[in-house]
Amino acid sequence: MLGLLRKRLLEAIPTLLVLLAGTFFLIRAAPGGPFDSEKRLPAEVEANLRAAYHLDEPLWQQFGRYLWNLAHGDFGPSFQYRDRTVTELIAGGFPVSLQLGALAMLLAVTVGVTLGSLAALRQNRPADYATMAVAMTGISIPNFVLAPLLVLLFAVLAGWLPAGGLGAGGWQNLVLPVISLALTQVAYIARLTRGSMIEVLASPFIRTARAQGLPMRTILLRHALKPALIPVISYLGPATAGLITGSVVIEQIFGLPGLGRYFVQGALNRDYTLVMGIVVFYGVLIILFNLVVDLLYGWLDPRARQ
Amino acid sequence: MRRCLLAAALTAVCLLSAACAPRDAGPAPVSTTRVGGASGTELAAVQILRRGNGTEPESLDPHRAEGVTAANVLRDLFEGLVTEAPDGTLIPGAAESWTVSADGLVYTFRLQADGRWSNGDPVTAEDFVYGLRRSADPATLSEYSAILYPLENAAEVVAGTLPPDRLGVRAIDAQTLELRLHSPTPYLLGLLTHASTYPVHRQSVEQHGARFARPGNLVSNGPFRLGEWVVQSHIRLLRNTYYRDDAHTTLDEVWYYPVDNAEAELNRYRAGQFDMTETVPARQIPWLRQNLPDELHIAPYLGSYVFGFNTTQPPFRDAPKLRKALALALDREILTSKISGAGELPAYSWVPPVSGYTQQLPDWARWTQAERNAEAQRLYSSAGYSASRPLRMQLLYNTEGNHRRLAVAMAAMWREVLGVETELLNQEWQVFLQTRRSRIDTQLFRYGWIGDYNDPYTFAEILESRHGLNDMGYSNPRYDALLAAAAREADPVRRMDTLAEAERVMLEDMPIIPLYFYVSKKMVKPWVAGLEPNIMDHHHSRHLRILKH
Repeated sequence: MLGLLRKRLLEAIPTLLVLLAGTFFLIRAAPGGPFDSEKRLPAEVEANLRAAYHLDEPLWQQFGRYLWNLAHGDFGPSFQYRDRTVTELIAGGFPVSLQLGALAMLLAVTVGVTLGSLAALRQNRPADYATMAVAMTGISIPNFVLAPLLVLLFAVLAGWLPAGGLGAGGWQNLVLPVISLALTQVAYIARLTRGSMIEVLASPFIRTARAQGLPMRTILLRHALKPALIPVISYLGPATAGLITGSVVIEQIFGLPGLGRYFVQGALNRDYTLVMGIVVFYGVLIILFNLVVDLLYGWLDPRARQ
Repeated sequence: MRRCLLAAALTAVCLLSAACAPRDAGPAPVSTTRVGGASGTELAAVQILRRGNGTEPESLDPHRAEGVTAANVLRDLFEGLVTEAPDGTLIPGAAESWTVSADGLVYTFRLQADGRWSNGDPVTAEDFVYGLRRSADPATLSEYSAILYPLENAAEVVAGTLPPDRLGVRAIDAQTLELRLHSPTPYLLGLLTHASTYPVHRQSVEQHGARFARPGNLVSNGPFRLGEWVVQSHIRLLRNTYYRDDAHTTLDEVWYYPVDNAEAELNRYRAGQFDMTETVPARQIPWLRQNLPDELHIAPYLGSYVFGFNTTQPPFRDAPKLRKALALALDREILTSKISGAGELPAYSWVPPVSGYTQQLPDWARWTQAERNAEAQRLYSSAGYSASRPLRMQLLYNTEGNHRRLAVAMAAMWREVLGVETELLNQEWQVFLQTRRSRIDTQLFRYGWIGDYNDPYTFAEILESRHGLNDMGYSNPRYDALLAAAAREADPVRRMDTLAEAERVMLEDMPIIPLYFYVSKKMVKPWVAGLEPNIMDHHHSRHLRILKH
């Protein structure tokens, strides 16, 4: 287990370096710069700003400077939010994204696994067809269509929930974003669970358990659920990545002050350091999460431990 | 097993249906009481105003912020020497009175005796000297220091060739401030409402450095002080009880919410989360006119929407006839009523209706569209184009907003009247700015300008041949000479005449196609009182109040 851990962590270093270099040079290649706006700066003012942010140096030198600072835990100053550092912005935005993502994940797994198991137990009966039809719809509707629809129904017309923003941080503000973000994942997880549950329920050891007269509830919870969850667990890695990219869209639509929104605004404003900071942060996060999923997988499936 | 599954399913349903549970916060139910009570002016018990505010302010340091939305917040936090009444008229702010020397070069301001910072310290002339020097100092990294250029030595200080203490500003005593200019600037008082000229509290700037504009650190001299700032979520302002005119402030709190998408802003307004919006999406205006006409506030705005020709490259280099033909062939009535749709004023010139300036209309502004089209066809063929040899050109605009719909309609009009073949090209904002600025790949491009102050010069200067924003590459020595003459002119009436003559010269050359003058668009709840339309679209929260509802 420790060997796997060490190997994975060593592999992460070149992955991160490629990610860093790719993002750094790509965003610099985009036309425009952090100090371009419609009201153009006098030449001397612009030169002064570029010098203050080291943008007048050759690109490779800037990259070197960035890596050096990063190695010392310094993400640099934000170009857009003049008097804030990227570290501060990430520290402020991550809790919001984390809350959104964790709630969406929780919702996706609970509802997805429940619906999937339900469908499996009622295989080829109306309840199964209905659940899977809903799941199929959930997969097909992108969140940027679903979210405005929910806003229109529940916020604008019914007036039950806020249409966006975080306000003073009430839970109401998170309901619609969490549902919009989770729905696609609910659908995927429900389908995955249904498939593997049907397979597991048909396997010999479940038959044996039934033959021994164990109650169905014990069979399902004690024996069937764990093996049936293996494909779901291995899907959690991609699901996390999906939630992160989804949150970019959802935070933008609902105006939530999370990392996804900072990322989009940062890219549009050519806030080089902010975009780099979030890419690095999420890069590390996804690598770590994949590692956790691998370890979980090993725990659930003895065959994967070798 | 069945029970267990049922429980799990119920949990899931509960999570999903949290949407339906009653809530204790969020949008308030619509009440049936009359707004303002029986008298119509009765105030609400809770005086909190919630304003939608476009893009997130980049900073609340008055000398580093640059955008319109930061300026909205800064107007509540700080007070310049001069400030604005609800209708936009300039009124005494931190200065109670001022005198101007006969040559228009020296302004002497008498500060309000009871001016106080939000920590109770008195506001002195030294604070203004410190603020103006800091604003011009290149080390501050201000992006708007060009506002200070009328001050003596300002350009040199900004460029770093003179130290900040050589700036034309000094404190005669604690209550008297003197500003020296290098040329008469009739619009100076308007400039003094701009954040770049606000004073800052020296002690807190020196103590907190770059972090001085944060909640807890920021000391301001305006009607409100900074309570809380969560980036991309909200800025919460609290009443500054030390403010000199606090007796006339009604609101206790102002919340500014960043929301850069106008559709999202409208949704949140309709869901009851905002009392007023920063703007309104153009597409929703017909619906709003029908359904919420009393809450839709539209007023002329100090902005000009035009398309610019690149006059340095073919086909529009040395082609005034062709440029004019294209300008004439557009039916602005249709474009403004059917496409932009908010009651924008059709424009035939560059400078919007600012105070004291007679609008310059070319002859063809008074013609019917049929007459304009006939003249356009004549000019088009005399420029050497015909049905068999049509003009093929590229029209560049930025992807955001309503520009595409306008461009499509314009291309259709040109095709119908002249047979021009227009290729539409859109680019993301930053890319667009860079392309336009290069003057290499462009032919005809979208151009818009919002004035910095209420004076024609903020528009006129852009077409000066060396101006940094002259993406048209327009260059006419006569235009430049008239602008220089206006800058030297101390008599305000003759100065306006000179600027008007310059605009007439420019309209003969037609380096731009004027389309319309902007309007400001807002949704305002009926219980927000004290709001008056003004051409700058500046609405100080201290003039606003919440009626009983």
